[in-house]
Amino acid sequence: MTHPQQQAVLAAAGIHRRFGALVVLEAVDFAMAADEAVGIVGPNGAGKTTLLSVLSGAFPPSAGSVSFKGGDVTALPATARCRLGLVRTHQVPKPFSGMTTFENVFVAASHGAGLGRDEAYEEALGSLKLCGMLGVANRRAETLGLLDRKRLELARALAARPTLLLLDEIGGGLTDGEAGELVDTIKELRRRKIGIVWIEHIVHILLQVAERLICMDAGRIIADGEPQAVMADPQVIHAYLGGGPK
Amino acid sequence: MSVVPTSPMIERGTATSRIAAIAVAIVIALLAIAPQFLSAGAVDRMTALFIYVILAAMWNALAGFGGLVSVGQQVFFGLGAYFAIRLADAGLNPFLALFASGIIVGAVSWPLSLFMLRLKNGEFAIGMWVIAALTHLLVNLDRLVQGETGTSLISLNVYDASIRRVTIYWLALASMTALLAALFGLLRGSTGAAIRAIRDNEDAAASVGVRVTGTKRLLFVLAAFGIGIAGALWLATSITFQPKTYFNVQWTAYMIFMVLVGGIGTFEGAILGALVFFLIETWFGGAGVWYLIGLGATAVLFSLFLPRGLWGTIEERFGLRLLPVGYRVKLPANVADGGMIPSQQATTYQEKA
Repeated sequence: MTHPQQQAVLAAAGIHRRFGALVVLEAVDFAMAADEAVGIVGPNGAGKTTLLSVLSGAFPPSAGSVSFKGGDVTALPATARCRLGLVRTHQVPKPFSGMTTFENVFVAASHGAGLGRDEAYEEALGSLKLCGMLGVANRRAETLGLLDRKRLELARALAARPTLLLLDEIGGGLTDGEAGELVDTIKELRRRKIGIVWIEHIVHILLQVAERLICMDAGRIIADGEPQAVMADPQVIHAYLGGGPK
Repeated sequence: MSVVPTSPMIERGTATSRIAAIAVAIVIALLAIAPQFLSAGAVDRMTALFIYVILAAMWNALAGFGGLVSVGQQVFFGLGAYFAIRLADAGLNPFLALFASGIIVGAVSWPLSLFMLRLKNGEFAIGMWVIAALTHLLVNLDRLVQGETGTSLISLNVYDASIRRVTIYWLALASMTALLAALFGLLRGSTGAAIRAIRDNEDAAASVGVRVTGTKRLLFVLAAFGIGIAGALWLATSITFQPKTYFNVQWTAYMIFMVLVGGIGTFEGAILGALVFFLIETWFGGAGVWYLIGLGATAVLFSLFLPRGLWGTIEERFGLRLLPVGYRVKLPANVADGGMIPSQQATTYQEKA
């Protein structure tokens, strides 16, 4: 394992999550250091987004605990975790449709990062610039196309000044060129020492950023480690292709 | 994130909005001296207009900005009148009772919000109606009210009729001005941005650090307080209190009408809608049932052909914003790093996909 527990900024222990009779997460343990970039892959229905939701506080686990920056945050809602620096983006973008792009990001800067007016302006403009969105700053978010909505998810999360960013398929549905631009932005975040957890199906894009890869299947982590090793793991190949050696 | 461009600026107002601010101040000053020139009947009508503006602005803040659509706001209108009756009966000066009543209504709405705000969308809307109907029944149980026989704000009768009329006019004008100013300040600040974010997507708002429940509660209580004041003022103009008149769902229907016609989610829209409603009532109010049919038909036509209401359409068509609560980024002309379509910066808000 590549994650010394002592330095773990985010740790989840014994996470179970059930929706009625359906068990989506089963005994998941996860820990990462503040400066890590962790990729999560796995077939549809493996529980990746559910894990991200439990980590971000969108809903609580059925059992298990989550700690962030050394404190137990299991009972804290998403709002409080965001204010601590644990911020997520959504797989299906959730813009504030009736507000402008700038206003979307400003909300995060003033409430998530807790900044005063002028600082929040600067933070919001900085995030928009980083994500290449200054040109559409005054557009209502409902008029944005998919690429810009994905960028807005990222810009808005960034404006909340995360120490750790949870990205849910931020590249999904984009062309390779478009996804490449996002990767450049995310690499810039790495230079700023923001930790990343990134769920993505487009593996070759993910591997440009991830230093560590986790593969999930059927609610469990089946492989965790150096990306090439994980991709070559027989269990991972089995999860994706079925059959073969187990 | 220190590499921030110093060049883009954030604009809150426009040249038009600065002129509008001065115009608003002049209009309020003129309204303040107007009773000297108006007939007694006109003073009463204007008082009604001020109350309509309060109602429309409060419902608009709740539904148009906060996404909290309620069809039970008459509960606060009725309680505003009821508590004023109760306080005056206990010996409080009747004019003072009007405002004390508003505060009590706000205080009552706080515990009410604890469970009502757990409901979403339609459940919240109908739930509020249920609360209104229940409260109506409870008020009927009060011996002072004598069921639907009702009672009166008798202690107001010690004042001379003309002094009373003008005092209530001024109180209504002052209440309207203060409530609109408070609302404008709230919606224009960072809490206002949070309120709109919650309206558009509650989960996303929570995930970027907005305190969803607390923010909704603040808006809910403010709207209750404002509508409570409106109910108390209405009582002062009509003196008599019959529960079924005050707890009637028609009050919420009027609020919805004013906001839909004026333009939901725009600050100016609610005021314009109240004015339109007031004029329709003044001109056609005597037409009995046809008046109500006309109101209904107008609302239907608006929702079909002008879904953004009068002001929403004006704003969209002409980019006119008199009392803007939003933020606009003004980019320097040479910005090239802004991303895809720099020419979009001029069009912006009024665009639709």
